[in-house]
Amino acid sequence: MDVVLDNLDRIAGGLGVTVTLTLASWVGAFAIGVVVASFRVGPIPPLRVLGASYVEVVRNCPLTVLFVVFFFGFPSIGITQPPFTSAVIVLSVYTGAFVAETVRAGVNTVARGQVEAARSLGLGFTQVLGLVVLPQALRSVVGPLGSLFSALIRNSSVAYTIGLVELTLTANQIALETAQFVPVFTGVALAYLALTLPTGLALGVIERRVAIRR
Amino acid sequence: MTAALVGDELGPRGRRRVLAGSVAAGVVISGLVAIGLRRFAARGQLDPELWSILADPGVVRFLLGGLANTLKAAGAGMVGAVAVGTVMALGRLSRHRLVGWLAGGYVEFFRGFPLLLLILFSALGLPRLGVDLPLFWYLVLGLAVYNGAVLAEIFRAGILSLDRGQREAALAVGLGPGQAMRLVVLPQAVRRMLPAIVGQLVVLLKDTSLGYAVLYEELLRRAQITGAFDGNLLQVLLAAAAAYIAVNLPLSRVARRLEVRQRGRYGGSVEVRGAPEDLVAVQDEAAAAG
Repeated sequence: MDVVLDNLDRIAGGLGVTVTLTLASWVGAFAIGVVVASFRVGPIPPLRVLGASYVEVVRNCPLTVLFVVFFFGFPSIGITQPPFTSAVIVLSVYTGAFVAETVRAGVNTVARGQVEAARSLGLGFTQVLGLVVLPQALRSVVGPLGSLFSALIRNSSVAYTIGLVELTLTANQIALETAQFVPVFTGVALAYLALTLPTGLALGVIERRVAIRR
Repeated sequence: MTAALVGDELGPRGRRRVLAGSVAAGVVISGLVAIGLRRFAARGQLDPELWSILADPGVVRFLLGGLANTLKAAGAGMVGAVAVGTVMALGRLSRHRLVGWLAGGYVEFFRGFPLLLLILFSALGLPRLGVDLPLFWYLVLGLAVYNGAVLAEIFRAGILSLDRGQREAALAVGLGPGQAMRLVVLPQAVRRMLPAIVGQLVVLLKDTSLGYAVLYEELLRRAQITGAFDGNLLQVLLAAAAAYIAVNLPLSRVARRLEVRQRGRYGGSVEVRGAPEDLVAVQDEAAAAG
């Protein structure tokens, strides 16, 4: 275990990058997800098609491919971003598609009468969605959104492929330098578990708090 | 379909607004596409020469070989994952406390950290520990260990969702516990969980692209190699992305169709609003992201 202790500062640094990356990407993914879900349940056909195609394309394309296309392919058309920014963009775009589907499923769980009541009060589409449906929809999908967050923590490791020095790349570097794979990888796996397991517990608490009693 | 959230028939004003919105959205979308295309054109990336390399027989053969490697790794990974998943699901349901505990620990441990970490350990760490395998098997090992943990939970949910009477009836007609599981419980559980299993296959197929990180020559790595060689990296990468989507999209559709059929069979219709079944669909969503 000495290798882990000797390199604790580097591991902590990598952990910091992973956490920042995850949080920044979650903000982006959540924003994209809510907007795309609104497109998909809205009345405007071109936006519905746009939302549906976005979700289908992104969900069926591996995350690694998105990373490589953005970071190594897009410079050919003049889009060059540093690794961290690239990782935030790619992870937001990828996770956003899953958030969109989750929110849309949440919208489907809102009782029909809610929409009808809001309509009969004279609310327009954006008001029905923003004031009545989305607040209830989001509360009902806290658990699934939490699983997505936990998946995002794990997916942030794919930024390894574009050379971002986050937790996984740090582990790999230390392991290659010291040739001590077992302790380093075990330590870092436990560090990831230390992130994902409490997230799951915290979510259970939040989920019970916001649950709608029907 | 939830033909718009606003379920009722639109009035004249509503229809005018939707039309105006559609036109505006259409203009904005085509504008964005035009800007994108101009960017490609300005940098010479629409040059037919760069794209025509994609039709070169040598390049096609090389990339198809990569796709074959991807499918091979996914197939072997899936077989391994189903085996691991079955053992761990049964282990977790075992009456022996220690076995249940070990299987539970396996599942929780391997689902909690990134698959990439596991694949790196397998491909870079194991050779230094004296395990000597072709690169292909290191990737398959990582895929099977991780997806086995995920499938174990799917199988377990399937087994638990069955009515207890099925097992009790099987025992009552004289089958042993093992036979009851093999002949009565598992076949029904697998059938019930088929959509989730096919969905996981799509995830596994996508995950094979992590082989890129350990230089396994799957589709993405080969795209990078040939693109760097011919100077048309962007074009080849986009073609590879299209190939992944072309393979995964039909599989995703099959998974969804199976799910719709299952829900028809086991109660609850997909279109019902406010149905708890929708939340089941959401859970699958979270699984698909991992």
